[in-house]
Amino acid sequence: MSAELGHFALILTLLAATVQAWAGFAGARGGREAWMLVAPRAAIMQLGLLFVAGAALIRGFVTSDFSLDVVVANSHIDKPLLYKIAGSWGNHEGSMLMWAFILALYGALFAVFSKRLPIVFRTRVLATQALTSIAFLSFILFTSNPFARSFPAPFEGLGLNPILQDPALAAHPPLLYAGYVGYSLCFSFAIAAMLDRQLSADWSVWVRRWALLAWMFLTAGIALGSFWAYYELGWGGFWFWDPVENASLMPWLAGTAFLHSIKVTARQGHFMRWTVLLAILTFALSLIGTFLVRSGVLTSVHAFANDPARGVYILAIIAVTVGGALALYSRAHFANEAQKSFQLLSRESALLLNNIFLATATATVFIGTLYPLAIDALGLGKISVGPPYYSAVFLPLSAPFFMILPFGPILSWGRGSWDQIRRALAAPLVAAVLAVIVFLSLRAEISLSVLAALFGAMWLILSSVATLLAALDLRRPGLSGRIGLLSPSVWAGNIAHAGIGLMLLGIIGATAWRAEIVVAVAPGDRIELGAYQFVFDAVTQVRGPNYIAERGQITMRDLDGRTKILTPEKRIYNAERSQTTEAAIDVKLSRHIYAVLGEEIDDGRRVIRIWEYPLVAFIWLGALVMVLAGGIGLAGRRR
Amino acid sequence: MRISFFALVLCALVTPALSLTPDELLTDPALEARARAISAELRCLVCQNQTIDDSDAPLARDLRAMVRENILAGQSDEHIIAAVTARYGDFVLFRPRFAPQNYFLWLSPFLLLAIGLFTLWRILRKTRS
Repeated sequence: MSAELGHFALILTLLAATVQAWAGFAGARGGREAWMLVAPRAAIMQLGLLFVAGAALIRGFVTSDFSLDVVVANSHIDKPLLYKIAGSWGNHEGSMLMWAFILALYGALFAVFSKRLPIVFRTRVLATQALTSIAFLSFILFTSNPFARSFPAPFEGLGLNPILQDPALAAHPPLLYAGYVGYSLCFSFAIAAMLDRQLSADWSVWVRRWALLAWMFLTAGIALGSFWAYYELGWGGFWFWDPVENASLMPWLAGTAFLHSIKVTARQGHFMRWTVLLAILTFALSLIGTFLVRSGVLTSVHAFANDPARGVYILAIIAVTVGGALALYSRAHFANEAQKSFQLLSRESALLLNNIFLATATATVFIGTLYPLAIDALGLGKISVGPPYYSAVFLPLSAPFFMILPFGPILSWGRGSWDQIRRALAAPLVAAVLAVIVFLSLRAEISLSVLAALFGAMWLILSSVATLLAALDLRRPGLSGRIGLLSPSVWAGNIAHAGIGLMLLGIIGATAWRAEIVVAVAPGDRIELGAYQFVFDAVTQVRGPNYIAERGQITMRDLDGRTKILTPEKRIYNAERSQTTEAAIDVKLSRHIYAVLGEEIDDGRRVIRIWEYPLVAFIWLGALVMVLAGGIGLAGRRR
Repeated sequence: MRISFFALVLCALVTPALSLTPDELLTDPALEARARAISAELRCLVCQNQTIDDSDAPLARDLRAMVRENILAGQSDEHIIAAVTARYGDFVLFRPRFAPQNYFLWLSPFLLLAIGLFTLWRILRKTRS
């Protein structure tokens, strides 16, 4: 019964969204205030209704209601409660429902927090949001209904893929979607701005906090996914340039460009066209990202054709959204673009360079991801585009970009000077060179590209810190007062840039400096790796809630004689009949020791594989710093 | 990530895990390092987006063996990769060849960057005048 209630709530949401779009656009056009005021109420109503629908689906999963198709296909009675709940969005239908729910959440939040905006603009944003809502809700209702019943109902479900039964991966989709969907609001802002006859730069001021919020969620979602892949897949990789990862990286890159270009538009009125275009593209990439992953087109072009209704619907949504927006864009009136002049050495140029790089990077990932599909579709054969391609292209592209990145925050608007650069960046430059020399003395062999990357990381971290310290002016008294006075965007920008440096440092450590050993061992055997000694003790059988595991026990001893027990596992999940490896990771800021239990080989010995990943934690620490920086920018923004 | 890793688990289901075992390793660390570098360029054909080093599939094991045999036979890295490509086709290469059908793939990033920089130069010239 509750499933029917959820289904009914979904249908009502579609109606509410239709009313919201209709009343909003018509009201804004005719200047009818009573109509316009319908939009925010409908937005809040959508949220309430989708809450009911979501709760109904989660109830279906929690109570293992196998009269629902999605529950049968993705759940099992023995599954722990957390994964029953998370299982409700760990499948196509449920994740689309969550997309719609988050969309409604943004819509309702905007409705509540936008009372000070001009009413026509506000209404058009809400009406555009409602159009997106209609697209998704009709997609769900007509092609991907999570409340479809199965008859006769089976006694047991098929279970959820065990590698997805993990706390990080329970939280990964909601965070990622909160990022994707946040850009729907930026998109709606751009549309509403273009519908305005006097297109002013005001919208770019209003959209900033939403763009920042979406960016924070997307950053956190991608980082969490990467962290999960690192510990769950059993060989310590953190980024595979997998098409599914690329799908989330594209909107991130475009969204980061957007975050920087709205700074210029909001402040100087420059680049209005470009900023509007970025808002459209970022959301388009979010849509493409969602659908690339969900449609299965990445696995093979043919998977897409297996379910033509969904495929065609997906293509239609993307075509109408992007096509419609671009048609509006081509006709929008951008004439009053303020053209204050600026020099090569200026904040504007730096931000423009940032956008050139990020747009190129976005396009590179886009082409790399879709090229094999295009080649296949054209009958030119099958090719793969993998990590070696991206390294080969991104290294030369990003190196100069990272080198000039620190110039941006310190240059003045319009006209900067070499003197500014010297004063602000001479000290961090020297410090970065010294830091690289210290690393050189610690590590015997460092290749030239690693050296360059290392310098880049240090340069980013130290210059950001130096810029903040200079802004705080430590020598003058009254420091505590100035900490609060410093603009939050200065804090946020520099902290985020330092975060990129930290991440780069982690990537260098994990890829260039990792050490590994693969051995077959019998109980009591000793293994050495770097400064560590390991003794393989035994393998025991343990029983989990819905799996049986072999648990290895390895005693690790460092140079100082401190010991630690590592317990990597191989699990076999009963319901799904599949196995996972659970690595044992000893975590220190300076390095991770990563141990994996392998197979038993013929003579009864065990294969174990141990890695040392120096500095790897900095990858996600850097991401965390970036998210926190976003939070500072968001919390401190003056109204 | 979901779909690809599902395929990955399927790979693991086909056979018990075999991903790089100690008996495969070459005794000379320099040669083994070369084998790893070559393996990072080669895709496990039956899995999704995994190198032959990371894959548990029997085919990947065969390829690893082939790479190492050829290294021991004294062949160059390029020669080995060419031999694998000749047998399995371009799909096995994670780094697409710089061939006419891939020119667009390889050159477009740099072309786009050039267009971007040219645009910046034009804007700077326009705002100065």
